[in-house]
Amino acid sequence: MPGLPLQSSVDTLGEDFAGRRDAMLEKLFELGRLAESAAAGGGAKATERLRSRGKMPIRERISYLIDRDSPFLEISPLAGYMTDYAVGGGMVLGIGVVEGTECVIIGNDPTDLGGAMTAVSIRKLMRALEIARLNRLPYIQLVESAGGDLRGLSDGDDPEAVMRRNLTHFAESGRMFHDITELSALGVPTVSIVFGSSTAGGAYQPGLSDYNIFVEGHAKVFLGGPPLVRMATGEISADEELGGAAMHASLSGLADYLAVDEMDAIRAARAVISHLHWRKAGPGPLIDDPDPPLFDPDELLGLMPADLRQPVEVRDVIARVVDGSRFEEFKASYGSTLVTGWAEIGGFAVGILANNGVLFSESAQKAAQFIQLANQCSTPLVFLQHITGYMVGRDYERGGIVKHGSQMINALSNSTVPHITVILGASYGAGNYGMGGRAFDTRFVFLWPTAKIAIMGPKQMAGVMSIVRREQAARRNFELDEDSERARSEAVEAFAEAQSLGLYATGRVADDGIIDPRDTRTVLTIALSACHSAEVKGAPGYGVFRL
Amino acid sequence: MITRLAIANRGEIARRIIRTATSMGIETVAMYSDTDAGSPHVRDSDLAVRLTGRGASETYLNVDAVVDAALRSQADALHPGYGFLSENAELARAAIAAGLTWVGPTPKVIAAMGDKLAAKSAMAAAGVPTLPTWTADDPAVEFPVLVKAAAGGGGKGMRVVKTRSELPGALEAAAREAVSAFGDPTVFLERLVTRARHVEVQVLADSHGNFVHLFERECSLQRRHQKIVEECPSSALDDELRRTMGDAALRGARAVGYLGAGTVEFVLEDDGRFWFLEVNTRIQVEHPVTEAVTGVDLVREQLLVAAGEPLSIRQEDLSIRGHAIEARLYAEDPANDFLPCTGALAEFSVPSRPALRWESGVEQGSTVGIDFDPMLAKVISHAPTRTEAARSLALGLARARLRGVATNRDFLVAALRSTAFLRGDTTTDFVDTAGVPRLRDATEEEVAVAAAAAALAARHARRSTAGVLRNVPGGWRNSVMPPERASYRYRGTDLEVYYNFGRDGSATFVVDDLTLALSDIDVSTSSPGLEVRVSVGRTGERRLHVLEAATKVWVQGAEGDVELDVVERFAVAGSQNPDGALASPMPGRVVRVSVAAGDVVDTGTELVVIEAMKMEHKLTAATPGRVGEVLVSAGDQVAAGQLLVVVEDAHRADPAESEGGR
Repeated sequence: MPGLPLQSSVDTLGEDFAGRRDAMLEKLFELGRLAESAAAGGGAKATERLRSRGKMPIRERISYLIDRDSPFLEISPLAGYMTDYAVGGGMVLGIGVVEGTECVIIGNDPTDLGGAMTAVSIRKLMRALEIARLNRLPYIQLVESAGGDLRGLSDGDDPEAVMRRNLTHFAESGRMFHDITELSALGVPTVSIVFGSSTAGGAYQPGLSDYNIFVEGHAKVFLGGPPLVRMATGEISADEELGGAAMHASLSGLADYLAVDEMDAIRAARAVISHLHWRKAGPGPLIDDPDPPLFDPDELLGLMPADLRQPVEVRDVIARVVDGSRFEEFKASYGSTLVTGWAEIGGFAVGILANNGVLFSESAQKAAQFIQLANQCSTPLVFLQHITGYMVGRDYERGGIVKHGSQMINALSNSTVPHITVILGASYGAGNYGMGGRAFDTRFVFLWPTAKIAIMGPKQMAGVMSIVRREQAARRNFELDEDSERARSEAVEAFAEAQSLGLYATGRVADDGIIDPRDTRTVLTIALSACHSAEVKGAPGYGVFRL
Repeated sequence: MITRLAIANRGEIARRIIRTATSMGIETVAMYSDTDAGSPHVRDSDLAVRLTGRGASETYLNVDAVVDAALRSQADALHPGYGFLSENAELARAAIAAGLTWVGPTPKVIAAMGDKLAAKSAMAAAGVPTLPTWTADDPAVEFPVLVKAAAGGGGKGMRVVKTRSELPGALEAAAREAVSAFGDPTVFLERLVTRARHVEVQVLADSHGNFVHLFERECSLQRRHQKIVEECPSSALDDELRRTMGDAALRGARAVGYLGAGTVEFVLEDDGRFWFLEVNTRIQVEHPVTEAVTGVDLVREQLLVAAGEPLSIRQEDLSIRGHAIEARLYAEDPANDFLPCTGALAEFSVPSRPALRWESGVEQGSTVGIDFDPMLAKVISHAPTRTEAARSLALGLARARLRGVATNRDFLVAALRSTAFLRGDTTTDFVDTAGVPRLRDATEEEVAVAAAAAALAARHARRSTAGVLRNVPGGWRNSVMPPERASYRYRGTDLEVYYNFGRDGSATFVVDDLTLALSDIDVSTSSPGLEVRVSVGRTGERRLHVLEAATKVWVQGAEGDVELDVVERFAVAGSQNPDGALASPMPGRVVRVSVAAGDVVDTGTELVVIEAMKMEHKLTAATPGRVGEVLVSAGDQVAAGQLLVVVEDAHRADPAESEGGR
């Protein structure tokens, strides 16, 4: 049992706390509204049409697929926010328990653009495959898709402008086909339940799966539909004979199980997962009935200030997340702007790295040493980010902040234990990277509603750009108009602020979703349990460097 | 002196006899058929002997086997209990011939009383009032009339016949039943007394010439001619009538030279006239009510008398203290004409309060089969007043947890609580006329709460055994997902339960149209099953006991037990019975198939006759039509719910006919 219970000095009756709590609840309310709209998919009419054809909405399909009364962690539920696509991105992705086995579950929402694959849903699909691969989780896809989103231009678009802005290309796509087969080769079973259309490129989704379940009368899987076939060869054919479930079950062999209806298909998928007798490769939780934190997780709502430059005592967060609030702190008096230590979350052993201010050389070195220690004892790491960056300034550069920051990033990058990150507030610059940022193969990154992620703070960004412009003006002997300069600065700041918001990131699938702070322990437990489906093993190499 | 007593019986009466014998210092020997090998009565005894063979006829009804078992176990006495061979003079003779002490009257008395016609004339000769008797062809027969088996008892071979045209069929059926039950087809007709009470007098006699009666028992509540509620004293008797009837019983007993415990049965009309029915030469099922009010252990007296000792009591010592009522719990379906039911007892637990006398031969896990009487237990209350006795008996019955087989419990509770019963308005037609509901109708809210409790219990069971994420809140979601769903069926009506849990552990349940706000939810194990404590809205805390076994779940709250069928989420492909299909209402043996494929039948036409529990059950066509398929033949053993005959709609186009009309 690691460490003694933490104390907490949060004044939960004070005005600051109440104000912060209200602000957080307001953000949660807005997120709740967006979640409702994501769940509504293509709307009531489209859902009604779906039901009238004997079909269920995607969320219902998933809720019958997973074990009764088991938890379901949806990943990136608000993907597509502030894009041209609907919130949710026309796909539901999550980690759910099927026949006692945690699986990655992803499914098209046929009410949203007929389940067509868009830039957003492809990001979700790729993320699903990545989660399955990194965590060795069986993969189940619930397929019903109209295919690729072929709409190139919207009314009024300038084709040239659209092309200029678009830096992606068809030739780059198709990686999902690679990844799904790779999963199978890695020993991670892949299951497709085909509820409807899965044609052209989409045909390869079941085509490349280990197990295929087709719903009779609904599943439609072919490379080319009747119009394309007619154009290509002149053959006149009907949907069912080209790619119906019964045909695939009896003739092509593409379907392994022919389901009479959607529930039967879900039953069959559960049976498939059941027969895998999946054994997780990680050691699992230390105990099944861990103590809850000593402090009410509800109080997590009142910790984050509106102005993220204000410090937050991160031990107050830890005390409300870890089992029994017990925390064995490592190097408490050294590099104290980074809190490191050992704890258990939902019974899972973890090492925690949590920001308690700007990263200095000592704190970066402490992080590098701690990460190595976690690898030595094969313990997953949890990063709690509230970081404005690595310290800058003459003394710090001379003291080797670049070198020490690099040690931290090196240790992180080559660490092989699972990393899970929660961004509580600020996540700026290299701080985002060093503290288990998305780009570092972090298994899961979750945001609190208060999270802001950017290369630097919006004010700094506006200020830096203003200084650069003034220097240019001075070099060219050019007088700056102060009013327009101020307006420009404000515009830059506002744009940077908007882009730094957690919702903007989550809309782009740059994280795994914004969570309610009160759910932090639950989310981390589910994520840790998922990580334990794969082997949990630290990097081999040198002994631990004392840094 | 008896040192080792063999008991040629099973179930609760075997246990009952063992108890008294044991307290008298007598060793006991149980007998058991193969299906009873694990039964409680076998465990209770000092020794046990297996009776080889199948069913009752080859075991408990086999005189040679029973005597042989007693001898092999070196018993020196044999107690027959009730039912089976208890009134079989053959057994008494064989036992005595084998040197065993026979617990009961002499074989001669048994034989004389066993012939109902002979018994009647013997009683009439002794001055005991008797009803007129007719033979089948007697033109003087007054209808309605009662057909009785001469060797009868327990309602077997008994029929009420309303018109002369029904008589031949009833005689045939009664004779068949009588052969099957008693090995003697003789039947006779007796005047049918309606709106009467069944009042019997318990007598004891020893070999020293002592005769006492232990007052009456009223056993008017009957269904299918079998008693279900018995009491002492009878609310219809005053002291004078009690004395008169007691004297009549003793007169009869003396006249036939009775020995041991016996019961003289009378029918009592509302004008106070009473008529002799029969003498039961054995201990009765309902003897405990007499024991309760008199304080006399009747089995002990039986054993004393058998050992040649005098009775321990004199008439002047006896008085009635308080009021005792017995109810018989049967595995049967009151809604389906009280037909016997079979099954395994998923739970059989009786409450410690109110303090009642529970006599049962079954326990949790016991199987109630078709071989033997489906009585699960008899329950006896004893209280200062009749009302208290009735109400405490009802409460105790209501609190018992009887799961896995349908029972008459709710009917008994309702009967005991009914105004008619409490008023003492008990006649033999009570079950048909008092308007007591056969089944308890739970309120919509009660069913909803039961379904919610069932879902909570199931959730608890699933969560506490989950292989992964066991400590994560059950059903936790971080996005908007459909609510959790559980499906049940209550008496054929589907119940959909949708629920969501809040962060604080409270929950909202929607059961059909009812929304229940549940808080303070606590589920704990209460072996067997789970106890669910929950506050429902503002109506306060409920405590519900939930047991799920196979496809059923039982939820018992303060109002009673609600039985729900668990509707599986993923249906298993199965066949639905076609329209017009006749399924067997109970397990049994096909006696006769009365139709063949192609026969045209009318509503009420006899299709199949099933024999179960020694009773014949006529199954008739529910609608007019043409017999499509006959799936069984005479002699077949059938299970409850098994398809027997399919009657097709007569109006359906017949392909052969339409071809002919072309």
